[in-house]
Amino acid sequence: MAKLPTPEELMKLNYNPPQDENWMDKPVELKPGNICWGAKGKNLKIVEFPNARDWSPVEADWKLPQDWEGTVLEAMADRLSKYRSFKIFMDICVRCGACADKCHFFIGGGDPKNMPVLRAELMRSVYRKYFTNSGKYLGKLAGARELDLGVLKEWWYYFYQCTECRRCSVFCPYGIDTAEITMMAREFTNLLGLNTDWISGPVANCYMKGNHLGLEPHAIMNSVEGMVDDIETITGIRINPSFNRKGAEILFVTPSGDLFADPGTFTAMGYMMLFHELGLDYTWSTYASEGGNFGLFTSNEMAKRLNSKIYAEAKRLGVKYIIGGECGHMWRVLNQYMDTWNGPADFMEVPKSPITGTVFDNAASTKMIHVTEFTADLIKNGKLKLDPTRNDDLVVTYHDSCNTARGMGLLEEPRYIINNVCNKFHEMPENTIRERTFCCGSGTGLNASENMELRMRGGLPRANAVKHVTEKYGVNTLANICAIDRATLSASMDYWVPGTRVAGVHELVANAMIMTGEKERETNLRGEPLPGKGGNE
Amino acid sequence: MKVVLPFIAVVVLALLALVGVTLAHQVEFFFGVIVPYTAVAVFIFGFIYRVLQWAKSPVPFCIPTTCGQQKTLPWIKHDKLENPVTTLQVVGRMLLEVLVFRSLFRNMKTEMTDGKIVYGSEKLLWLAGLAFHWTFFFIFARHFRFFFQDVPSILSMMEGVDSFFQVGAPLFYMTDAVILGAVTFLIFRRVYLPQIRYISLASDFFPLFLIFGIALSGILMRYMFKVHIVAVKQFAMGLVSLSPIIPQGIGAIFYVHLFLICTLLIYFPFSKLMHMGGVFLSPTRNMANDSRMVRHINPWNYPVHVHTYAEYEDEFREKMKKAGLPVEKE
Amino acid sequence: MSLKHILLEKKDSLLALWFDRIVDTYPAETAKFLKNQKDRFANPVGQTIHEGIEGIFQELVQGGEIAKVSGFLDAMIRVRAIQEFTAAQAVAFIFFLKSIIRDGVKDIPLTSELAEELAILDSQIDSLVLIAFDIFMQCREKLYDIKANEMKNMTYRLLQQANLVTEIEGATQETTFISIPKKEVNT
Repeated sequence: MAKLPTPEELMKLNYNPPQDENWMDKPVELKPGNICWGAKGKNLKIVEFPNARDWSPVEADWKLPQDWEGTVLEAMADRLSKYRSFKIFMDICVRCGACADKCHFFIGGGDPKNMPVLRAELMRSVYRKYFTNSGKYLGKLAGARELDLGVLKEWWYYFYQCTECRRCSVFCPYGIDTAEITMMAREFTNLLGLNTDWISGPVANCYMKGNHLGLEPHAIMNSVEGMVDDIETITGIRINPSFNRKGAEILFVTPSGDLFADPGTFTAMGYMMLFHELGLDYTWSTYASEGGNFGLFTSNEMAKRLNSKIYAEAKRLGVKYIIGGECGHMWRVLNQYMDTWNGPADFMEVPKSPITGTVFDNAASTKMIHVTEFTADLIKNGKLKLDPTRNDDLVVTYHDSCNTARGMGLLEEPRYIINNVCNKFHEMPENTIRERTFCCGSGTGLNASENMELRMRGGLPRANAVKHVTEKYGVNTLANICAIDRATLSASMDYWVPGTRVAGVHELVANAMIMTGEKERETNLRGEPLPGKGGNE
Repeated sequence: MKVVLPFIAVVVLALLALVGVTLAHQVEFFFGVIVPYTAVAVFIFGFIYRVLQWAKSPVPFCIPTTCGQQKTLPWIKHDKLENPVTTLQVVGRMLLEVLVFRSLFRNMKTEMTDGKIVYGSEKLLWLAGLAFHWTFFFIFARHFRFFFQDVPSILSMMEGVDSFFQVGAPLFYMTDAVILGAVTFLIFRRVYLPQIRYISLASDFFPLFLIFGIALSGILMRYMFKVHIVAVKQFAMGLVSLSPIIPQGIGAIFYVHLFLICTLLIYFPFSKLMHMGGVFLSPTRNMANDSRMVRHINPWNYPVHVHTYAEYEDEFREKMKKAGLPVEKE
Repeated sequence: MSLKHILLEKKDSLLALWFDRIVDTYPAETAKFLKNQKDRFANPVGQTIHEGIEGIFQELVQGGEIAKVSGFLDAMIRVRAIQEFTAAQAVAFIFFLKSIIRDGVKDIPLTSELAEELAILDSQIDSLVLIAFDIFMQCREKLYDIKANEMKNMTYRLLQQANLVTEIEGATQETTFISIPKKEVNT
């Protein structure tokens, strides 16, 4: 008989390392489906990044600059002296393992190096070798190793497999935040020209054209115009948004994804309908047409460069304050970085709702409030006429974005809104929401398509919780306040829990909101018949 | 390797002290005077040095990990301890973290398929960690009776609590049993759980074995070999009054105990044990989530190259005009 | 005693074996986690394996419906289809059942009836693998669909604007919403 492998032999892979094997001895293998394409030289050149050239991670030669090791180690020394977080997180981990099973990539995929502690050790091992005496003299015994090409590839592979979601940091007894370490790794790799195409493309676009998609001013207007048409069809009301208008009271900034990609567009329509109904004196900007910031996934400096447009534009237009749309990492930046980078925003006033008179002291310095804070206040003060039955075909659950949950604490505002515009709302299990929420699996610029398997693995824990409420309560709508969520959860739901709609909170608001002078609505914002109004019921 | 080597190291250290003082009494001066003074000095200066080194690096951004509702609208309940905005609230959060290991306590509840709630192994880690650290502190504090002529009442009280069951002679301290149990569990866990063993380093095992050795030698000294307690006190008083004396007949086991402690003190500042100091400096825990209320200053914030509006308009002016957008320059 | 009875009697131990064998195809550090983490939300993979093999076993032995077996297979294969397994590796776990059952009945005298029943069971297991392979392919194709859909979602409005596409009046517009049945049945 032919000598064929048994099923067991077939399945063994080269997994199951011998028990005493050191993780350092296992070389990294860059597997397609897990990695994004390399950055294009032209995009790196636009933002004046070093070593700008086309490169491919799957090729052996990464076309690295001369003495790249020196570049990395020098940068490491520099960042250690600039970031207390980095320095402390390199030193104090006791490897207790509390974080080990908290990462969505580990849970969904099972690669041990996706355990947050080990992801961080990839960096710590090099830190020990060059920055501690024990590592210098005891080497591997002290958990230290030299920086070589294999290590660099391993860094690149695993630090572009971390979504900086900070879930591990919630469970760490010392608050060690892998996001801080991943950010450093991405700084270092960017010094060598090792960004991904999916991140560096939007960064270059945003830098030159004001938004990730690279929409030029007239394209933005056209897109909004298209939505205005749709709104008129649905409500009979013609909205007249303004752009780059000086003297407006409020500048509105939202991720550009909401202007183009379904289902984000329905959320954008929601904002416009709301602001129109209130008669808000606000303007869009084509220059600061991006709330999101892929620079954050690149380097601190790049993030600051992109973010600068928001305050600059607010100043140029002379607005009193800024409202920010539904986006996750955008709010990490706005809450924890913007004012420090590009403030002080002393040319504006403390945000005050013109409708309710509420003063948002919590944004006294940044002068920028979250649209759900604004809307929750409206609803609480009874300023909106709402008919939640229009959302009665939706059984809703809510996904907390990592960044608004763990980098801000915006937990109740969206829930309060949803509960006022929808009649059917069910929470997912408690260890999967709020500060313990699971990442969509595609944050930090991992929402490319060439790494779809990785994304699906990372999305499994979130999807699994959705599936649970789908089976238990018949949930069919996953609400969220993040543009990346709207795009990536759509894909993840399509694979794991088909039939689940992904919707922004303001889409639900606009569906339920009765506008002055609107015609009898037949459909929701997606053009589907309202409950009790259509043939499909 | 990473388990055996640290174990051997601790055994060798213990034997060194044992054999040393047994063979030659002159060595007692080395183990009893030189080593302890060196160790204390290394510990104190090392600890301060490390903390200063950390403190030298600034905190450029306000990056607390928020674990509860932010402070916003007055009618939304603000979670003061999980998402602090004032210094007092931060202190509260830190106290929870440092005294009861709040973060480790999270997510222990586990929902099984059939809807039953059970508690998983994570609770054991929290419990063992808590037991270990608290008993360590208790035992450490208890030892201060050797350094006071008149034992402060708080120490006597602690001893009273610790020997509450009034068994054995000398009275048995509960903490002795607890610390041995907890350390054993922490070692066992690192050896037994594959994912924990995988991430563990020699430097994770060494302090555990060392502390086990310290606890064991201490217990042997108290209950089995019964060292000359008056002599020990004499010795300790000598050390603190900076006029060291080596009383006769203390017993070799005492030097083993002392030497292992000194090793721990010397090792401390160079190791992960510095988490004791580091936890207070961790920016994700010790900062208030007030970065929208008050501007956080980055001391090394520097100007960066940006793409200005003027440059943007220059590039798109014609297109903007055609689309009816206002422009600055015609 | 028929094979069915024997298998039902030993169900728990057989399933435990099967579970271990599957989980051992992961790295040791992961295997422990998959086995020990009992929280279904913290450990969706382990949970899916648990539910899947129990369902498959039950249906196989009881002679249940193909649609039901497919449902259980679907849940398991859906996970394996995105977990760095080759097609063969993704479905091979079903074959494990053969040797596990053989070992399970090795103490029982091999009568000709038992041998025949075992042969039938073997061929049923073979069929399961074929179904699993279909599911695997569907999952992989789904992934490519999703990639294509994402591209379309991102660019559709741009194309619309550029007047490169127009909707034909009256044609049904494709949406990614609720008209899709709740649970896809893959048979």
